[in-house]
Amino acid sequence: MSSLKEKSPLGVFLDHLAKGELAYQVSLDDNKAFYYPRAVAPGTGSDNLEWRVSKGLGTVYTTTVVHYKGEPPLNVAMIDVDEGFRMMSRVEDIDPMQVKIGMRVKFRVHPGDAKQPPYPVFTPVENK
Amino acid sequence: MANANLAGLVRGSVAVVGAAESDLGQVAPNTHPMDIMAQATMRALDDCGLTLKDVDGLFVAATQVRMGPMAFAEYMRIKPRYFDGTIIGGSSFMTHVTHAHAALQLGLCDVALITYGSTQRSVSRAAASPREYNYYEAPYRAFMPPSAYAMAAARHMHQYGTTREQLAAVAVAARKWALMNPKAWEKEPLTIEQVLNARMVSYPFTVRDCCLVLDGGGAIVMTRADRAKALRKKPVYVLGEGESLSHANISSMPDFTVSAAKESGAQAYAMAKMRPSDMQMLSLYDAFTITPLMFLEDLGFCKKGEGGPLVASGAIEPGGKLPVNTSGGGLSYCHPGMYGLLVMIEAIRQIRGECGQRQVKDCNVTLAQGNGGVFSSECTVIFGSEATL
Repeated sequence: MSSLKEKSPLGVFLDHLAKGELAYQVSLDDNKAFYYPRAVAPGTGSDNLEWRVSKGLGTVYTTTVVHYKGEPPLNVAMIDVDEGFRMMSRVEDIDPMQVKIGMRVKFRVHPGDAKQPPYPVFTPVENK
Repeated sequence: MANANLAGLVRGSVAVVGAAESDLGQVAPNTHPMDIMAQATMRALDDCGLTLKDVDGLFVAATQVRMGPMAFAEYMRIKPRYFDGTIIGGSSFMTHVTHAHAALQLGLCDVALITYGSTQRSVSRAAASPREYNYYEAPYRAFMPPSAYAMAAARHMHQYGTTREQLAAVAVAARKWALMNPKAWEKEPLTIEQVLNARMVSYPFTVRDCCLVLDGGGAIVMTRADRAKALRKKPVYVLGEGESLSHANISSMPDFTVSAAKESGAQAYAMAKMRPSDMQMLSLYDAFTITPLMFLEDLGFCKKGEGGPLVASGAIEPGGKLPVNTSGGGLSYCHPGMYGLLVMIEAIRQIRGECGQRQVKDCNVTLAQGNGGVFSSECTVIFGSEATL
């Protein structure tokens, strides 16, 4: 197991994100991708892990539109990324109600702000 | 072996002998959640004729009291021989029944008390149940938990053609039952149109698809079957139990249209040696309109995908063939944060025949389905009268 004194799983993920990359891990024992990043492989505990960079393409698995008082409607969606893992995210550049299950989407980095580190979001592929 | 997951637990070897709610709805300023637990505890003990001195097993879970057994033992000044503070959300108390069952059967305790209290209406939900930070979900600002269940509902609608009207039928049925429960928070009738046109919270849910946010709590007392018979009320026996952990965060739910109630229900049926058709009343944790709909499917009352038509048929309403959430449920009766204890109390009272106008006739077997987190922990308890032993 790589030392947690040197780098955390989220630390590696954020390093990739800083380069514009959506990183994920694969357990080499069974060749399974998983997300969120972990210190060992879920299910087996194996530390035979490899970081890979996703092509950044995925499909909306499900979606909702959150209504906070005094704010514009906000999309939250689950994205099935092509490499075989699912993640929560947001689909941007589109009316939140028009985010549909089955829609193809592409990753980009949201820069975050002083309080929030950068994080992955998606945009529709069709509308590009 | 009837129940591989809970092998060793004997069907009907323990019973619920005392059950009570605390004051529900809105409590006075500065009420502590343990004040609520204490009130419910003494009511539940009075209900069965036992005293605080008899309690030697303590089971507590509460979001506002992190180390529940320790804190409540101090409050009540008792020294339980056995204690458990397992906290897995709203289904914690079904798990406590199962753990109490094991402890009673092994003689680790003789009288088990399970209790809960919350002041979430008074102090706000955000203060009562602060969320743990999770980098992989927090930036998206989902309104939790509604958004998680909304995404399950959206997927169910996509896959099976379930409609918002069908979801609304769950809220309308709950309201009809609530109007027959004097303790229910909601006092006015509700229509499908009112549900659909209410303030949107997280599509497809309006505020009427979401449970109430209230103060309250409850307590139940359990003993072994031999002792139960000598107490004040008709014992309500534990016939079957099942529990399943699926995930913690909604991102990790394997299939958003199938809950782990499928597993917990199968375990409970196997232990009870019963089928869905044997159940005479269902208490299904209704945090949101999608939850009972999916539980009806996952617990075998209809095929997967047919929950929408089933709830819209009127089957779950007063007078229907499958009474569900006769108290009015978390949607219309009371939802004090972790609602599982109240889910069981109604299922217990139906077997005792204490439900007045909403009483299900000749009710001998009921099923209580607990749900915790975001379809995360699913725990089932099947209760029966003496006739079912």
